[in-house]
Amino acid sequence: MTDAVLEIRKLAVEFHSGGQWHAAVRGIDLSIAQNETLAVVGESGSGKSMTALSVMGLVPTPAGRIAPESSIKLHGRELVGLPEHELDRIRGNRVAMIFQEPMTALNPTMTVGAQVAESLRVHRGFNGAQASAEALKMLDLVKVPSAGKRMKDYPHQFSGGMRQRVMIAMALACHPKLLLADEPTTALDVTIQAQVLSLIEDLKTEYGLAVMFITHNLGVVALIADRVAVMYAGEIVEAALAPDLFARPRHPYTQALLASIPRVDRDLKMLEPIQGNVPTIGNLGAGCGFASRCTHAQVRCHRERPQLMPDGPARAVRCWLVGPPP
Amino acid sequence: MNQNILAVERLSKFFEVGGRLFRKPARVQAVADVSFTIGKRTSLGLVGESGCGKSTLARCLLRLVEPDAGRIVFEGQDLTDLDRASMRAVRRLAQIIFQDPYASLNPRRTVRQTLAEPLRVHGTVQEKDVDSRIEAALEEVGLAADFASRYPHEFSGGQRQRIGIARALILQPSLIVADEPVSALDVSVQAQVLKLLERLRERRGLSLLFVSHDLGVVRHVCDRVAVMYLGRIVEEGPVPEIFDRPLHPYTRVLRAASPVPDPRARFALPRVVGEIPSAMNPPTGCAFHPRCPNAMPRCSQEAPALTEMGGGRKVACFLVQAATAGTPS
Repeated sequence: MTDAVLEIRKLAVEFHSGGQWHAAVRGIDLSIAQNETLAVVGESGSGKSMTALSVMGLVPTPAGRIAPESSIKLHGRELVGLPEHELDRIRGNRVAMIFQEPMTALNPTMTVGAQVAESLRVHRGFNGAQASAEALKMLDLVKVPSAGKRMKDYPHQFSGGMRQRVMIAMALACHPKLLLADEPTTALDVTIQAQVLSLIEDLKTEYGLAVMFITHNLGVVALIADRVAVMYAGEIVEAALAPDLFARPRHPYTQALLASIPRVDRDLKMLEPIQGNVPTIGNLGAGCGFASRCTHAQVRCHRERPQLMPDGPARAVRCWLVGPPP
Repeated sequence: MNQNILAVERLSKFFEVGGRLFRKPARVQAVADVSFTIGKRTSLGLVGESGCGKSTLARCLLRLVEPDAGRIVFEGQDLTDLDRASMRAVRRLAQIIFQDPYASLNPRRTVRQTLAEPLRVHGTVQEKDVDSRIEAALEEVGLAADFASRYPHEFSGGQRQRIGIARALILQPSLIVADEPVSALDVSVQAQVLKLLERLRERRGLSLLFVSHDLGVVRHVCDRVAVMYLGRIVEEGPVPEIFDRPLHPYTRVLRAASPVPDPRARFALPRVVGEIPSAMNPPTGCAFHPRCPNAMPRCSQEAPALTEMGGGRKVACFLVQAATAGTPS
């Protein structure tokens, strides 16, 4: 794929603990095209947030590091190993990120308008008046009601949903090509979540964005994703087009995850929990990361680590039990 | 013969917010004139978005928050004017499980100390039997007996919530009030805890008030559901009917906005208008009217009462009441 906005190969992120390096992200391959939403779904500790932070060059040092064999290309340009001042130019300009809790990402002592304007001055070299005018345009675009008046308010005067809109306005102020959204609606009520999701969807189309949408919620994935990568214990275990993934999950973890969700649209006789807990990063054996909780695990699964293998034209699965497609 | 374990009549709770010298504090009605019952061995879900008053209502039931008006009748006993000692006896039978298993366990106490305290406070078990009761309680929630000597930080979120459940069950209550008990857990662990609750409910014949913002979880756990908006119940009835054929416009919005793990159910994302109004300054009439697509002039003037609609359903909406008044149901 040459038209990929983001192309990640063999991404590994390691953390230092107890005198050893442990891999939190273990060999991620993924790409996102323009106008495409890739949902990265996983439970806590699956490495999904760390994957996004790696793209931003925000892996916390010195405790963590991106392993040298990793490659993260943005429009063909390698980001791994770039000096900090060059990464600074890319962050905000080409790549923007929004987070779960906008209150911790916004400066409580600055008005909302000033914060949006600041990113325009820094990244696009606008003067004060230009920046305020553009900030107003952006706040209108993300549908903050009476934006002209509300620009002069502080973040604490905004509701959670409105704060997330402000974050999105800041993220898009410099017309990035790639938006990294890390659980942006998790802290919001469902009706507000629906508003923010449709806003992201509209803006994706308008700006031709590539969106990496990180979430633990498969319901949200079903609403917004074009493609899905399911992560478990630092690896992608299954990647597929969204309709295929939900219609015919292939990896035992994806299947188990779907069977463990209580649904509002139908009565389930049985909820099938996944036994046990997610393994900690220092605690992974030689085999498949999911083997200890997998009901289908065989001897080989505990001994050898499976690779992510193609399974049809638009799907890949990391499991010894999934053979070539019929 | 009373088939209800709990009956709540016209319960209200006000909070005073802000206010300093020479300035009157604002009065916020967190729970407004709420009535409902929970049948023996049944479960009622309480759903709504943040700030709708569902948690305050749950706490009012056990008088952890003192209600300002209304009556709570539990197992035939009116709790409203009970003194502290009698209230303590009631709390043995009605226990609460909290959302955050990290915040609701004392980090400096072992699991044994945490579980022994309710037994000693209520004096229901002889000292020599305390250890065996704790072991039995841990086993019942799927934890090994030797976990008793450990501290909360040694456990995962799911295990902590199991300890919270063991603490609530150790006094053998008849009613459990669970306030978002699985919201902080990962999906796979959430299913484990829901299954545990289900099993315990069957085995012990417990009644349950289950507070949640997640309609999927409520559909799975509860027999009936009450939908709250700005302190009031706007719709109540049997779970499958309410979620498959919601009547109140707010329930419809809530149901439509709740994601379902199936892209074929992907609709144009609901264009829900507006935000939840502040409880400090609630709209007149029906609190939902500023966001309601079909609001009539009357809706901004009067608050509709929660009215029987047949089939065990109740709705507080002039539109629905008018539409069904002409047609026999």
